[in-house]
Amino acid sequence: MAAMAAIELRGVVKRFGQITAVDGLDLDVPEGICLGLLGPNGAGKSTTMRLITGQALPDAGELRALGHELPGDSKAARAEMGVVPQLDNLDVDVTVEDNLAVYARLYRVEDVGVAVDRALDLARLRDRRRDAVDELSGGMRRRLLLARGLVHEPKLILLDEPTVGLDPQIRTELWTLIDALRSRGTTILMSTHYIEEAERLADEVAVMTHGRVISRGKPSELIVEHVGRETAEVYGPPERLAAVRAEAEARGLAVRPAGPAIAIVGSERADNGAIPDDAVVRAATLEDVFVMLTGEAAE
Amino acid sequence: MRRLEPAAISGVMSRELANFRTYWRGTTFSSVLEPIVYLLAFGLGLSATLVDEVNGVPYVQYVGTGMVATAVIFSSALPAMFGTFVKHRFQNTYEAILAAPVDVEELVSAEMLWIGLRASVYGCVPLLVTIGFGLDPMPGMLLTPFFCLATALGFAGFGVAMAATVAKIDQFNYVTALFVTPLFLVSGAFFPIDELPQGVQIVAQLNPLHQLVELVRGGAFGFEAVDLLRFAGLVAFALVMWRIAVRRMSARLID
Repeated sequence: MAAMAAIELRGVVKRFGQITAVDGLDLDVPEGICLGLLGPNGAGKSTTMRLITGQALPDAGELRALGHELPGDSKAARAEMGVVPQLDNLDVDVTVEDNLAVYARLYRVEDVGVAVDRALDLARLRDRRRDAVDELSGGMRRRLLLARGLVHEPKLILLDEPTVGLDPQIRTELWTLIDALRSRGTTILMSTHYIEEAERLADEVAVMTHGRVISRGKPSELIVEHVGRETAEVYGPPERLAAVRAEAEARGLAVRPAGPAIAIVGSERADNGAIPDDAVVRAATLEDVFVMLTGEAAE
Repeated sequence: MRRLEPAAISGVMSRELANFRTYWRGTTFSSVLEPIVYLLAFGLGLSATLVDEVNGVPYVQYVGTGMVATAVIFSSALPAMFGTFVKHRFQNTYEAILAAPVDVEELVSAEMLWIGLRASVYGCVPLLVTIGFGLDPMPGMLLTPFFCLATALGFAGFGVAMAATVAKIDQFNYVTALFVTPLFLVSGAFFPIDELPQGVQIVAQLNPLHQLVELVRGGAFGFEAVDLLRFAGLVAFALVMWRIAVRRMSARLID
């Protein structure tokens, strides 16, 4: 039996004046999976998150979250979901435990003390509970932000670019926490424009651009479907790269820029001589898929 | 879930309380010191040299009772304007609150109620200080917190609505110059408005701060029948401002 969808969006449209941020979006998030919403800046990921939390109203389409119609029954849906925002909006002068207690009350948690202790353990901040947020390191603040979104043990978690702007060490810390949630079977919708984040955490990835999902599947399936098994990277001066590119494209191969190199995707399908001898052949990645589908450089 | 849930409102207010615990000393210090300084300046300065009494009331007591209104507007309209703007634009606090089961109406109601309660306490400080300067305590003064609350709710709503309207924080200078300062100057706090030109007197009658001043003086020196009407006017002011604030903030916070 197919799992019930925690989130169902059908033909959702959201416009801001002349700009269509979400353009006929169809999206299902089955219960118990982590779906990575991967797209470049301006793809409509954050607007989609705001539509699900009722902070943006759709111009067209149907939305349901945890069985509740949105935006009409959004308050009931929000009671059962947790949101971790892109920007740190903790109360910096207030103690760690008071930050958590306020949100436990907002989420109508019956035993606020127990919920705060549980969240402190999750964020590994029990020994810092009486410190003001201002005194915490960047990594601790991010863990607290995540714990705040989980203080009421939600069925569904929305993570909006959870590690944007963080250094690699803090990002890895946070990934460990998110991975633990995923292992417990919590449904997660995570928007990100970091390829590695999507690859590491998401059971499925939906690639989004210009307000709609253009491809979706498990990372390994997306790679095989869109770019094949291997990618050949060729390095050299611009004139040489232009010549190699022209030759590869003439032979029907897809080519994309890859920083100082060009990447010939699906190189295993190339005829003899199509790939220069000095090319570095590697396994195809989700980054290849992302760039090929969106035309944007990956981060 | 129904509208205006007490749990949502008290949850938002608990956030305000948690923050207030970190800065209450400074706010309380200035709210106590300011009326003392004013009363020393007006009472011992102006009343000793220029004005002895107004309408039979010693000038220091006249100003002291009037200063309740200035304390209320400065501890309601200004925190509502700046606090709301900062929480929305710079701290993204409302984005987090609205992701919880709290709607804009509950958020605005809680913010207004918190500011109103706080201002109703701080509004009483000048009256207590004036008692220290020789004003006789009267039973009617016990109603002062309620008069302050109704007025402060209205000005809190005004401040929230302004915060949801301006595009930049420096535009509050216009709001202060065009509304807050004139309202406080023609409130009758420092001089009687019946000496002012007819047009200004009419405007003053529409000024909620003037009605508050009259009610506070009623509590100190004796109520009149018209004071019931004045209080009803303040309650109506609070209700109208509440609805305007909810409307403006909904437009600002929900895309």
